[in-house]
Amino acid sequence: MVTDIRTPDLAAVKPRTTQRSRGERVFGAFNATFLVLLCLGMLYPFITVLAQSFSSSGAIKAGQVNFLPVDFNVDTYAIVMSDGIFWRNYGNTVLYTVVGTIIAMVLTTTYAFVLSKPHLKGRKVLIGIAVFTMFFNGGLVPNYVLISALGMKNTMWALVLPGAISVFNLLVMKAFFENLPKELEEAAQIDGLGWYGIFGRIVLPLSKAVIATMVLFYSVAFWNDWFAAFLYLDKSELFPITLYLRNLIAGASTTASEGAAAAGSTTAQVSANIQAVTMILTVIPILTIYPFVQRYFVSGVMLGSVKG
Amino acid sequence: MSLTQDEQSPRAEARGGAAAPPAPPRPPAANPKARPRKRKLSWKTAFKRDWQLYTLAIVPLIFFVIFKYGPMLGNVIAFRRFRPGGSIFGDEWVGVRYIEMFINDPSFWHVFTNTVVLGALTMVVCFPLPIVLALLLNEVRQQYFKKLVQSISYLPHFLSIVIIVGMVMQILSLEGTANQIIRAFGAEEIPFLQRAEWFRFIYVGSEVWQTIGWGTILYLAALTSIDDTLYEAAKIDGAGRWRQTWHVTLPGIRPTMVTLLILNIGMFLNVGFEKVFLLYNPLTYETADVISTYLYRVGLVSNNLSYATAIGLFQALIGLVMVLTANLISRRTTGTSLW
Repeated sequence: MVTDIRTPDLAAVKPRTTQRSRGERVFGAFNATFLVLLCLGMLYPFITVLAQSFSSSGAIKAGQVNFLPVDFNVDTYAIVMSDGIFWRNYGNTVLYTVVGTIIAMVLTTTYAFVLSKPHLKGRKVLIGIAVFTMFFNGGLVPNYVLISALGMKNTMWALVLPGAISVFNLLVMKAFFENLPKELEEAAQIDGLGWYGIFGRIVLPLSKAVIATMVLFYSVAFWNDWFAAFLYLDKSELFPITLYLRNLIAGASTTASEGAAAAGSTTAQVSANIQAVTMILTVIPILTIYPFVQRYFVSGVMLGSVKG
Repeated sequence: MSLTQDEQSPRAEARGGAAAPPAPPRPPAANPKARPRKRKLSWKTAFKRDWQLYTLAIVPLIFFVIFKYGPMLGNVIAFRRFRPGGSIFGDEWVGVRYIEMFINDPSFWHVFTNTVVLGALTMVVCFPLPIVLALLLNEVRQQYFKKLVQSISYLPHFLSIVIIVGMVMQILSLEGTANQIIRAFGAEEIPFLQRAEWFRFIYVGSEVWQTIGWGTILYLAALTSIDDTLYEAAKIDGAGRWRQTWHVTLPGIRPTMVTLLILNIGMFLNVGFEKVFLLYNPLTYETADVISTYLYRVGLVSNNLSYATAIGLFQALIGLVMVLTANLISRRTTGTSLW
């Protein structure tokens, strides 16, 4: 895939013409209207869940909550946040995300750096080893058998190690490293710097944008993961928050649901407002960092798309 | 100039045969860039020069061997009897017993059909929509508005599948928005998630929500790289906006389209296991149960590990064959290929 990119910044693209015909203006108006509606549609699930999180479960049951909270209250937040398991699992998610992202970044940057050196003998084989795993993998059961045999069940390692290199991220990084100016490395070599030095002192400091992007991708992936935990963890005190949420949605009983029952909700299933609050609390970290890192990942992915 | 000479020198040597005196060592080039790359480099020299690079590759390679190639080899238990607690590669050969088992299993063919239908629907709907959205975004002139739309539409990509499914369930529940609208029209409410006939619609619809925005990124990148002079030339030739889109924009993003199509074809049978797993229930198995969820239940719930591995291997091999075929066809017809 060769997509030559001279202007990675979308804003830099100049409008094609200043003179617009009537048809173009009409199209522009329709286009803008359509895009606004599309955005509202995409945001609607967030809005309604947010509204539910501040509503009483009675109002939700009566089907009154859409855009705005009904019977505004923060009691549900208090109930969810008073649950010890909730915080325990939240903390687990933070831990798994941090450890997983660090391991993933170390492995991905070093391997991408090695792969980005065109003169390296055996480079094609090293690339092939990685790329092949994109198209063929071991499958659910062999993975499960392996993790069990390694004694990783009910440990954090079952969650953080198998996802340590995403080949897609690896290729994006490799492309980024390949685009760095060669002159700097050559100058460093003449000054007697080895590959370790070039990597640590020249390449990494120049790669902040792609590193920020990859940190975001990996941490989001670890933060959001629930299935590995579902497969490999049996003890609820080890669960990440996503698995806690999944069990809420699947209707498994937890302390929070008992709390909700005590607070007046009579449903056997975990009430919708408890689910909504847990969802909101789970996405908040992602929503908070998202606006700040967004400009990095757009340019990062685009640079990576130069050569996939 | 010097490069062309270097390219020719091996041929000249070959013509000269062994009798030709060895070429004098080239004087060290003043400009390191002009130094030609050596064609044949012994492993010893390569290792001496780049040992630091090779050592950097060791840990990632160990990762690949254990966590990627280990399970790949673990697929042999599709052909061996596996005893929990025994060797992870199984205990004794049983040949193609498990393969025959699933080929003769009507429920396998049922989930196979479901997988193909769901995969095909997803691809037909989710592949073109990001292209359309990217083209529409490309026509927006107010950059702040464009950025806003992009930011909002990328967002679902960053949510956990658990959250996505949670939201889908809230909206489609009996008291959710969808049923409120239905009630407002005086119709009977629909328990969407309990109805097999709705499952595919729900699955594909939520997939669109999740992927349409993020899917535009690569197309937008490709769009920025189209040469402006092409548009000017088209305009001079009298092409309007539609014809410019058709003759300049679409050909400009064709390599990206083909690449993503190949990748999509490879993922065809890997319909989102996690989403199906979270969304389905025994009432919707009829349309919702796919190969991966079936093998999960057979393998890890009912503990028929070898049988489930055989199914998984079959699925993975189909995926591999499909990617290779799509790649080959694309290279022959459009000249674009993944490698």
